[in-house]
This record gives sequence, structure tokens and C-alpha cells, in this order.
Amino acid sequence: MATWKRTRGFWVSVILAFAFFAVVQWLIASGTLNVFYVNTLFFMAINVMLAVSLHLIIGITGQFSIGHAGFFAVGAYASAVMTMKLQMPFAVGVLTAGVAAMLAGLIIGVPSLRLKGDYLAIATLGFGEIVRIALLNIDYVGGASGMTVTHMTTWPWVFACLFVTILVISNFTNSTHGRACISIREDEIAADAMGINTTYYKVAAFAIGSFFAGIAGALYAHHFYIIQPSNFGFLKSFDILIFVVLGGLGSLSGAAVAAILLTIVSTFLQNYPETRMIIYSIVLILVMLYRPTGLMGTKELSSLFKWRKAAEGGMNHGSKNTVA
Amino acid sequence: MAAKTPLLKAEEVGIQFGGLKALSGVTMELYQGELVGLIGPNGAGKTTLFNLLTGVYVPTEGRIVLDGETLNGLPPYKITRKGISRTFQNIRLFGELSVLDNVKVAYHAHARHSMASSILRLPSHFRGEQEMEEKAIEFLKIFQLDEVMHEKAKNLPYGQQRRLEIARALAAQPKVLLLDEPAAGMNPQETKELMNLIAFIRERFALTILLIEHDMSLVMGICERIYVLDHGQLIAEGTPEQVRSNPKVIEAYLGEEVS
Ligand SMILES: Nc1ncnc2c1ncn2[C@@H]1O[C@H](COP(=O)(O)OP(=O)(O)O)[C@@H](O)[C@H]1O
Ligand SMILES: [Mg+2]
Repeated sequence: MATWKRTRGFWVSVILAFAFFAVVQWLIASGTLNVFYVNTLFFMAINVMLAVSLHLIIGITGQFSIGHAGFFAVGAYASAVMTMKLQMPFAVGVLTAGVAAMLAGLIIGVPSLRLKGDYLAIATLGFGEIVRIALLNIDYVGGASGMTVTHMTTWPWVFACLFVTILVISNFTNSTHGRACISIREDEIAADAMGINTTYYKVAAFAIGSFFAGIAGALYAHHFYIIQPSNFGFLKSFDILIFVVLGGLGSLSGAAVAAILLTIVSTFLQNYPETRMIIYSIVLILVMLYRPTGLMGTKELSSLFKWRKAAEGGMNHGSKNTVA
Repeated sequence: MAAKTPLLKAEEVGIQFGGLKALSGVTMELYQGELVGLIGPNGAGKTTLFNLLTGVYVPTEGRIVLDGETLNGLPPYKITRKGISRTFQNIRLFGELSVLDNVKVAYHAHARHSMASSILRLPSHFRGEQEMEEKAIEFLKIFQLDEVMHEKAKNLPYGQQRRLEIARALAAQPKVLLLDEPAAGMNPQETKELMNLIAFIRERFALTILLIEHDMSLVMGICERIYVLDHGQLIAEGTPEQVRSNPKVIEAYLGEEVS
């Protein structure tokens, strides 16, 4: 009974998510949603996956990674090589994408996360550029002209990957392991002094985040027919970073909402890249001015609902019952 | 007492920061169940000694031994797991986490459910989290913080933040508890309550406690033995009476009130 109370909110979300899946599946099958909307929807989902995976690294663990597009690229190319060069099924491509990005994450993360300080920012910035330049110069994957990739990404795949990404990251966050990560974000020295293996948790969060960025890369590669190194430059990393910052560092749903809103904005401004940057800048300035903690602060969408409050024994935001 | 082996021992430890010798040749022994004071003027090296004992810095000379095992070079989290836990002079709570979660973090090392079990929400996850919650609330009750357990730690008043830091250190289940000026910034009433609390937890958890205090009169009342540091060196040790009448100590504290 107690377990049911605690997990009721979870099951309500799951049912809503599957209802959404079924409705969209029906709309696509019946041809009601045209290609433009389907493209936007898929791009939204991919961006949400990128935002949520970076949120785990920056928002939860407090490690500043600014080359997330690098892991996205590793996933995209790894999956494309699997399906296009080695004729493997799409599922193998998706899994390889995640594993390859995670390995890249470990190679970057293990040496730079052992140190306290912002070495990760420098390492990831460099990594993003190295990946892009390497891809430009590897003829096997098409160099600057990129790789053509068969369309294999379907709505069930997109939904399943998005669902698993959010589920894994939110389950991780809402456990003693996630609290260990948050304690590192809050005060690394104190976390260490309380017995938290800080290097282990920083690397774990970074590897999980990289893994899902890789999965997003596989979906992206197999949806847009062609992938080129220029799709994965610093501006893409910057876009993902904006989702997380705009959403409110520390809020998963905030990062997701920001990713959805900004995908819509940039879709409508696709042909006016300058206008897009101007609007981005204005949005950012407005947020800094009026909501400096981001759209959601560290709160989650779910905390707006009563059942969640009851399930967690009340959040007591700003209550004044602190006697003594 | 001399026949017994000490629980925690610092042997001739010292550390140098660049050219500055912050601490040198400090030898200190803590026996099971003792409440020992560490006093000295500001800048004497008290916090630095804590940082050596907890692995924040590695001593450039000497050895630190807990229960017969040398701790030199171990990272802080391993030392904590071996049984030394601490509070900080400048409070270091996890501000955005709730009071309850602050304590749970310290209990983390004793949790047995794996990362995989949490991601897959296996029964062991729910059991483990349940146990952590019960333990954490138990500690909060002792410190009368259970009523504010859902508050963010950063929103607590100062006195409660100090108490929460001790509760959190205890939740790591140490053998030796190091308290760095726990009464700093408290009014006399709060200080008195805190000292009673320290005496209580020491009995209740069979703890060995090393207490840093800048104010001499405070430690005199509750500590059995006292070490005095000045300019990075031990200048005296003994019972409160011995220390109080030691001319070196009086000189070190010249101009300050000695009671
Ligand atoms: N990381 C460090 N680098 C350089 N000097 C330090 C460092 N930590 C402490 N010190 C120096 O060591 C001396 C002792 O400081 P501290 O242990 O904080 O004194 P206390 O806690 O007794 O007031 C001071 O002179 C301080 O400046
Ligand atoms: Mg000090």
C-alpha cells in the first residue's frame, strides 16, 4: 500500500506517456500529421534526450560539460557505420551508438573528473572539436560531405528511446546514487568527507549522460538521410547547453520543456539563422532578468500536482514552520 | 590508560604549504571513548590538523594511524568509511538538499542497493531507500531536527545548521568524530545545549570525540584531556587544570581571557 502510494505518480505518468504514444502513432498512421510535423516531433524528442542527458551531468552532478554534441556525433556515426557499412540491424546500430558514446565519455571523463575544478569543461570543449575535425578527415565516413543513411527511425523507436532515457535518468536521480551526485554539485569537499566516492559518481553520471546522447545520435542519423560533421559543431553543443540552463539547472522537466520550446522556435526560424540567434539571445536575456534560476528552478513539473506532494510527504516550499 | 593502544594516533605529523610550515611534529593520541579538546589561538593549525586526519591534505611528515592501520594517502571518502567523520568550521551543508537528504547522503556508504537496482526499481532499491529513510529520521530526532526534515538545509537558522552538520557526520557512523568549532557563532544558551548534546551522543554512540574550540573556557568544562596548538606546534597537553596553569599556554593566549 505504501509502495503503491509512493509509485502512483509514476504509474500515472507512464499511462499518460503511452496514451500520448498511441495518439501520435494513430495520427501518423492515418496520415493526419504531415512530414513537417513528424520531423519537428522527432527533432523535439531527440533534443529532449540530449537536454535530459546533459542535465544529469550539469544540473545534477554539477560538472560543466560543454561538448555534448561530440557524444551525439559519436553515436550518429557509430550507428551509421553499423547499419550502412556493416549491414547490421537498426537495433544493433542504436545500441552501438550508446556504447561508443559512453566509451568516449569514459576516455574523456576518467582523467579529467579525477581532478577537482573545471578540467572537464576544457576537455569536453576540446573533445567536441576533435571529433568534428576527425570526422571531416576520415574518408571511410565520407569526410566533409558526410554519410548517407537509410531512414529507419520510426515513432515507436523514438518514443521507446525517449521513454527509457527519461526513466533511467529520473530513477537514477531519485535514489541514493542521485543524491550522491547532487551532494557533489552542492559541495564536493563535504561529499567526499561524508564518504561519497566523488570520482566514481562524477564518472558514472558523465558516462550515463554520454550514453543517451549517443542513442539520440543514432535516431538523428537514421532520420535525416544524411549526416555531416557540420551538424555536430560547437553551436549544437551550445544549443543543448542552453536547454539545460534555460530549463533551470537541476530540473529534468525544465530541461525537457526548454528543449521542446526552443525546437519549435528554431523550426519556424530555420530559414533565418540570424533571426534565430537574435531571438535566442533575447529569450536568454529575458530569462536572466525575470527568472534567473531558469524556467523551473530546481522544481519538477510533477511537484505542481498534489498527489506527488502527498506521496513525498509534502515539499514544504518556503513554509515558516521552523521553530526553535 | 598508557597500556592500551590508542584508537587514533597522529605520529609527528606535519605539513608544509610552499614555504610555510603550517604544522610540524604533532603527536596526538585518542583512546576509545575519550572526549578530547584541541585549542589554540586563531591560525594555530587546528583546522589543518583536522584536514590531515581526514585526508583532505596528505601530511608531508609523520603518520596517521587508526586502529593499527596507516591512513596516509587515502582519499577522504575512504578515511570516512574507515571511521573518521567530521564537521567543518565554515558550515558545509548540501544547501539545496533537504535536511533529511543531507543525512541520507552521509548514510550512503552503508546502503547496500546497487545503482542498477535503483535504475530498474528492483525491490532491493525500495528496501534500501526505506532503511536509509528510517535511519536518517532516527538521527534527526536525536538532534530535534525531524520537524524541519523537509526544509532545504540552506533555509535553516544558523544554530540548526550547526546541529544538522553534526547529525550528518554521525550518520556516517564513525568511530571518531571530529568537531571543528561547533559552537562558533552560537549564543551562550545554544552553546550550553550543544555541549550537553555532545556529551549525550558520546555516551549513546560510544564515540571518541576530538573537539576544536577557540574559546578555552568552553572545552575546560567537558573535555578530559586537552591539546594546545600554537604556531603549528603542540605547546601543551594534559588535564584542563594542567593546561590552564601552563605558562606557555597563558603566553599563547596573552591578551585573551583565560578562565
Ligand atoms: N591550503 C593551505 N595553503 C596555504 N596555507 C594554509 C592552507 N591551509 C591552512 N594554511 C595556513 O595554515 C595556518 C593554520 O591555519 P588553520 O589550521 O586554519 O588555523 P586554525 O584552525 O587553528 O585557526 C594558517 O596560517 C593558514 O594560513
Ligand atoms: Mg580553524
